[in-house]
Amino acid sequence: MTDQTLSPEATVAAPPAHAIARKPVSDAVAGWLLSLPLAGVLLFFLVLPILMIVVVSFWGATEFSIYPAFQFDNYEFLLTSPVTYQVFFNTVKYALITWAITLVIGFTVAYFLAFHVRSLTWQVVLFLLCTIPFWTSNIIRMISWIPFLGRNGIANSTLISMGVIDEPLEWLLFSDFSVILAFVHLYTLFMVVPIFNTMMRIDKSLIEAAYDNGASGFQTLVNVIIPLTKPGIMIGSIFVITLVMGDFITVRFMSGSQKANVGRLISNDIALLQYPSAAATAVILLITVLIVIAILLRFVDIRKEL
Amino acid sequence: MTKSLDLELAAATKRYGDTIAVDAVTHRFHAGSYSCLLGPSGCGKSSTLRMIAGHETASSGDILLSGVNITDLPPARRGTAMMFQNYALFPHLNVIDNVAFSQKMKGIAKPVRLKKAGELLELVDMHAYADRLPSQLSGGQQQRVALARALITEPSVLLLDEPLSALDPFLRIRMRLELKRLQRELGISFIHVTHSQDEALALADDIIVMNHGRIEQAGAPRAVFNTPATEFVARFIGGHNVLREQGGPIALRADRLKLGRRPENAHLTAQVKDIEYLGATVNLTLDAGSAGDLTAAVSDETFFHDPVDIGVTVFLSWNAEDAHRLAA
Repeated sequence: MTDQTLSPEATVAAPPAHAIARKPVSDAVAGWLLSLPLAGVLLFFLVLPILMIVVVSFWGATEFSIYPAFQFDNYEFLLTSPVTYQVFFNTVKYALITWAITLVIGFTVAYFLAFHVRSLTWQVVLFLLCTIPFWTSNIIRMISWIPFLGRNGIANSTLISMGVIDEPLEWLLFSDFSVILAFVHLYTLFMVVPIFNTMMRIDKSLIEAAYDNGASGFQTLVNVIIPLTKPGIMIGSIFVITLVMGDFITVRFMSGSQKANVGRLISNDIALLQYPSAAATAVILLITVLIVIAILLRFVDIRKEL
Repeated sequence: MTKSLDLELAAATKRYGDTIAVDAVTHRFHAGSYSCLLGPSGCGKSSTLRMIAGHETASSGDILLSGVNITDLPPARRGTAMMFQNYALFPHLNVIDNVAFSQKMKGIAKPVRLKKAGELLELVDMHAYADRLPSQLSGGQQQRVALARALITEPSVLLLDEPLSALDPFLRIRMRLELKRLQRELGISFIHVTHSQDEALALADDIIVMNHGRIEQAGAPRAVFNTPATEFVARFIGGHNVLREQGGPIALRADRLKLGRRPENAHLTAQVKDIEYLGATVNLTLDAGSAGDLTAAVSDETFFHDPVDIGVTVFLSWNAEDAHRLAA
């Protein structure tokens, strides 16, 4: 059966011939010209710097100088050192744990905002409330955890006075715990925003249709809401994973310089003026992050969302 | 599918804060009948349907299906199924999974539910499209899938919320015929919400005209069209002139108004304001002075036998039995 009442030829009118003749440039040329400025910006500020990093990563260095060369010393040193693998493992560990926690919190917050808050005004108000932490800088937000989590900080003294613990918890600060806590605090909003955005686009009658078909609240969540929210989840995941994997300052502050990730490895090299080594590490990190994103994109076509 | 399942509304009321959307509506929908809830937007017809479906809780009153009070049951346990205005197909599932959705929720094994969904798709003639996504279908095809998805739950009452409004005019008439055919074949009750009187007249066994949350008139299409109870019904159902006479307003069908050239036996005098040629009939808009604007529908044969021009004065008459008195 066909529901087509009009043939495609009849609905799409061909442009009159004189309109084509009058055009100074063809559509293809105009398209290329229009994309030129952005392409230029990306070339200068993204592609060239990355190329430079790749080039420098093959250079050589002594204690006091760097010299142009094409040698694999930096990579050889990096890939044969057990420290590298340990640090990369740590970086991936931070990324995965932070991702899991921000996903659960972000999804819950977005779900509450999108489906339980009925009025648009309250949705906007509560959404702005989520952004309040972003009114101060990253560093200040991180540092403010220190008096809270410290040995004699608010958390420990409260727990002691409540009688929950007898002596201060040592793992609250300068530990993996505090690093991940800060990451979650910093980056949950990056998960909330894209998920909330996709959820708001879900037609509410789909939820009713699911109930009409006998789905329970949980079944609706699993069979309708989560599949339709996937693009938002993926975008949020890419944000969080790339931010955490590229970070060095949070790890330095919150671990009291006791923990390391790849970002710190690079920053240490730079502090010691070992640019070629830092560049090589950066290249490896870039490749790792790209692989992670490629894996994520295998699961969901986010182009539908953009 | 069982018959003799009447659906009954007993003083069903829906309030939103201070506004009353549905005001104590009482009606019996006979089993196996095609009913149309007809009215202008905001008249409460959709709220009534959604209350029956269980997507709105009734503020007061009861809803009974075959004698069982279903007022507070969840949508899926009422014996009703709803077809949504925009069809509400799950965009991430293909056609057959959309149809099989309710069976999946019940935990029925995959081969069983896909077989059943296949049968339903066969019924609506969409079997060839089982693997398509909803976005790859036309409006009419989406509607068939939505029908199949609603019917797989084997409802005793199918609720349709403006099912034809999203379709183009040609398709609308074709789907109208198919809905009626499907209802006849399945023998279950259809309750169809619409604001189009043509649709209601063409489809319904029973028309329920609503206004301001109340039922203005309910009955067979012919009864509603020929003997509108109130001025609102006469105007909304169309094809009527409402005239003020001593003792209250009367309704007069446009095609029963007779035009003459002589003043003898004439009830009214009027000037021709507009002439619309509609093929089989010609519609004349007449300015009848204090009686207001009237419409006369004249067959093309009669009109072109003695054509009148705009601005000409004509004399109007009608048979006494054609004038139908309305409730004030």
